[in-house]
Amino acid sequence: MFDFLIDGFGVALTPLNLGLAFLGALLGTLFGALPGIGPINGIAILMPLAYTLGLPAESALILLAGIYTGSEYGGRMSSILLNVPGDAGAVMTTLDGHPLAKKGLAGPALGLSAVSSFIGATVAIIGLTLFAPLLAAVAVKFGPAEFFALMIFAFASMSAMMGKDPVKTLIGAVLGVLISTVGVDSGTGVLRFTFDMPELYDGIDFVVMIIGLFAVSEILLMLEHAFRHDAEGEMAPIGRVMVKLSEVLYCKWSILRSSVIGFVIGILPGTGASVASAVAYTTEKRLTDHDNSFGTGNMRGLAAPEAANNASAAGSFVPMLTLGIPGSGTTAILLGALMLYNINPGPMMFREQPVVVGGLIASLYIGNVVLLLLNLPLAGVFARVLQVPRWLLVPSVAILAFVGVYQLHSDLMAIYLMLVIGVFGYLLRKFGFSLAPVVLGFVLGGLMEENLRRALSISGGDVAILWQSALSVGLWIAAALVVLLPLAAGRLKAKLMEKAA
Amino acid sequence: MPKSSSLRRWAGAAIAGATLMAGAVQAQAKPPECIAPAKPGGGYDLTCRLAANGLQDADLIDEPMMVSYMPGGIGAVAYNHVTGVRDDDPNLIVAASTGAALNLALAKFGQQHSADDVRWLGALGVDYGAVVVRADAPWQNLGELMAALEEEPSSVVIGAGGTVGSQDWMKAALMAKAADVDPRSLRYVAFEGGGEALAALLGEHIQVFTGDLAELKPQLDSGEVRILAALSEERMAGPYADIPTAKEQGFDVEWPIWRGYYMGPNVSDEAYQAWSDRLRELSETDSFATLREGRGLFPMARFGDDFDSYVKQQVEDFSQLAREVGLTQ
Repeated sequence: MFDFLIDGFGVALTPLNLGLAFLGALLGTLFGALPGIGPINGIAILMPLAYTLGLPAESALILLAGIYTGSEYGGRMSSILLNVPGDAGAVMTTLDGHPLAKKGLAGPALGLSAVSSFIGATVAIIGLTLFAPLLAAVAVKFGPAEFFALMIFAFASMSAMMGKDPVKTLIGAVLGVLISTVGVDSGTGVLRFTFDMPELYDGIDFVVMIIGLFAVSEILLMLEHAFRHDAEGEMAPIGRVMVKLSEVLYCKWSILRSSVIGFVIGILPGTGASVASAVAYTTEKRLTDHDNSFGTGNMRGLAAPEAANNASAAGSFVPMLTLGIPGSGTTAILLGALMLYNINPGPMMFREQPVVVGGLIASLYIGNVVLLLLNLPLAGVFARVLQVPRWLLVPSVAILAFVGVYQLHSDLMAIYLMLVIGVFGYLLRKFGFSLAPVVLGFVLGGLMEENLRRALSISGGDVAILWQSALSVGLWIAAALVVLLPLAAGRLKAKLMEKAA
Repeated sequence: MPKSSSLRRWAGAAIAGATLMAGAVQAQAKPPECIAPAKPGGGYDLTCRLAANGLQDADLIDEPMMVSYMPGGIGAVAYNHVTGVRDDDPNLIVAASTGAALNLALAKFGQQHSADDVRWLGALGVDYGAVVVRADAPWQNLGELMAALEEEPSSVVIGAGGTVGSQDWMKAALMAKAADVDPRSLRYVAFEGGGEALAALLGEHIQVFTGDLAELKPQLDSGEVRILAALSEERMAGPYADIPTAKEQGFDVEWPIWRGYYMGPNVSDEAYQAWSDRLRELSETDSFATLREGRGLFPMARFGDDFDSYVKQQVEDFSQLAREVGLTQ
């Protein structure tokens, strides 16, 4: 049964393919680390190169898959070091990653996140190897109603992030949902909040949103601190560079749980690394954060989203290889790359193209090891970015942000939009809002609305469809539990205290 | 392979995307460029790459063609750009499709824009709409499905990858019209792209998917879906030979989805003619036929003025249709 994998390793271990896996991993890490260039653009940039060089299909796929998984590794770097997510899946990584860097633990944070990325990807690749065809059949059972229930669950999980200021978290999430409604309405084709600007028809691009919200506002904050010569936002000197084994062991259950969550969400068509890392983070906060230290530099809060986003990247190959349906925006591009080679991914691919499928899966195993070997020793090197003086760092980040957004849109309007969002983000931060709920509201809100509308068009307006399947009922119950359990637990605790007194 | 040429290929590929790394290379003479009016990875991206890879493989261009992206307004941003800013660039072509013609007909590119604002250059391939159901669906042919629709329009859940007013919706609307059913009474579900709609069909969330013929080949091969009708003029060859057209089943519905290009309005006649000749020559090479089939496209050869009048006629037809199905007044 695993013949294809043995053959696949034969393919993936040829010097050319091994070299390409390495090159892909390296470039992917780089693309992920640069804000504005995510896996989608990285692959779009390299796809013509692979074709022009006349690489065979499996080699091209190995290179492109290396870029994909590599950028999920790389995205964490600027999250941790600069508080600017390198790509969509790394938004949650800023929450605990950057505070760790501020404490002088940038090196260990980079090391730990590399290890948890490795474990997340490994769990998912094993899952992909063993269960791909089986899982694909379940994934399509997830229809609009189930997706809506999943989004409700994700929003309910966010209540864990409320922390000391629940009202601000709520306002932030609602602002995000509001921003997600800009553009052509998916159901009716009606334009919403576009103010006759065609640039807004497609809605606000995710990259423009996170670069504006995080990078531009960060630049403004840095400028403000530099102007006032104050110490706020200063970094502690870089302490030790390597992560300790005890720190990894401390996070082991968080990493494993998040890996499974990431893999499962990655398989579902239409949800990607950003949803996976958000659900993993909030779940871990709920389960393990007893002293309320998530958000202030908790190692588990860093390990969870990193394990999840890498697991979801590997998971999104499941529907692509077995159904010919992309599980994420990036696998959609990989599908296009395969079509260049006259290969139609789909139900027959395992049988008709065992070399390509086997080679790809084998290269995921190899690429993953390469990435760990590449990223662990480099953690110390990258951590030194923080020693770059502000007068150099601020303009560099700004240039990266501008170039990144411009190369994506070739349109100045996107730059203006990014600046407006950046000022908005700066104001939010000055008023003490956390940016993560805004981004989550933006991502989840769009998905939630679309799927609610779809579910209701399927049922002809009957809301009962939302809880007709066992899957959605399960998700509704889970959503209710994550909101109600902590409340009940709090009551119980208070009662016990009373009794004790 | 001589070293210098492979070096040049690397440089060309770098220009193609990485403005970041290619600042120095850009100072050279302008290479041919294709704008994909969307984000990387979509149908327009593939349309640009069809020209870029094909022209390069056939040695019809001296320098690799660079593909750049201009998403926004379902193509309106690029349309504005080419009619306003780079209106006479002789090295620039822009990817377009039936969807662009439909958007022009619905005035989605803005009231001020019409199909006359650009020079339609040519099409390199075409796909056709298809009416798809699961293999275990109760309907064996289009007639049975249409009868069910006629009897109770809301008894059938139809889904596809576009909003109301998109070309995926138009396929469903035209079917409804052929069955004398008001398109607005259909139960239509809009997904984000054909892939998601196909997943919903396989997962039994929708019953009918109005997709495109060639993109369904893998699922057709594996026997998971049944294509009730191809929305083409005639039956297609090869693996599609057993699929009847809607027309031969008595329903006059056709939906070709061409993949082509336009240029700016003030491009010189020489440049326009040169590009049109180049594309025509490309379409006649064997290597291109392989490439086109790989992209799941059927042959279509319309270039220059022939294509220009074809698109303008199509936009007019679409405006008429839009009124008939109640999209516009």
